Amino acid sequence: MIPAPPAPSQFDEPWQAQIFALTLALSEAGHFTWPDWTQALGAALKERGANRPLDGGQDYFAAWLAALETLLARRGLALPAEVEATRAAWERAYLSTPHGQPVNLAAG
Amino acid sequence: MPHDHSDHDHPHSLLPSDPALRVKALETILTAKGLVDPAAVEAILETYEKKVGPHLGAAVVARAWADRAFRARLLADANAAMAEMGISGRQGEHVVAVENRPGQHNMVVCTLCSCYPWPLLGIPPAWYKSDAYRARAVREPRKVLAEFGVTLPGDTAVRVWDSTAEVRYLVLPERPAGTEGWSEEQLRALVSRDSMIGTGLARTPEAGA
Repeated sequence: MIPAPPAPSQFDEPWQAQIFALTLALSEAGHFTWPDWTQALGAALKERGANRPLDGGQDYFAAWLAALETLLARRGLALPAEVEATRAAWERAYLSTPHGQPVNLAAG
Repeated sequence: MPHDHSDHDHPHSLLPSDPALRVKALETILTAKGLVDPAAVEAILETYEKKVGPHLGAAVVARAWADRAFRARLLADANAAMAEMGISGRQGEHVVAVENRPGQHNMVVCTLCSCYPWPLLGIPPAWYKSDAYRARAVREPRKVLAEFGVTLPGDTAVRVWDSTAEVRYLVLPERPAGTEGWSEEQLRALVSRDSMIGTGLARTPEAGA
């Protein structure tokens, strides 16, 4: 195997890496094909780039998140109401967990 | 993560950004429903953060420069040639290697989104995903190349390849002059990421290794 040089992360923020991996895992598990995904992402990029050109950084992953949420909602795998409720639960968990302690959803 | 909120105490944990919370929410839901395995997500993350990057593409290019038979196999069936080196894609993406030669320069874009030969180059740089590059690479490739500092002879044709979910292109740059007898390891150092996208050329021996 070719030795890997220590490379800086290609992602600006951890959540970008996380959603990238999550999307690949969903596709590999057979919940959507990769062409389905690129169509969804292409549509989200087009919609978001309509008013101002996207720079390919933060706004690119914002489009990625929107595309995944749309695709999961359309397939009934994660509905918007569920996502909102779970997001709110995570927010409560963060706000109620003392600093320095692991944040668990149960805390919310 | 550095803390720059020293002006007040944290009674609670720092609240992640909205997108970070949304991603956590998706993971929670999908894991609870058994639609994804968190270990699989973690393994993918590990691979792309630590193992995959342009050094793999550079190794393939260097071997193609050093070994004529490998070069022929790479151009005929890139996936099989990559597999010989232990490199494989995750989505069964079909990789096609396109060869630069005198009179012909190749350059890669994805006009739809950001399809890219991940197994060879890792995650694409921001400019590859930008609207500007995606729109202009096809329309005015020479101008884009000039902005990357690449000037080609006037009689060199530029061919732009539009990647898709199914087909990802790898540019096989021209081997720089003055590298006769170099080992693959030495050659690898001359292969920049951009030279494999076609927005750059391989480094010269003076500039490179």
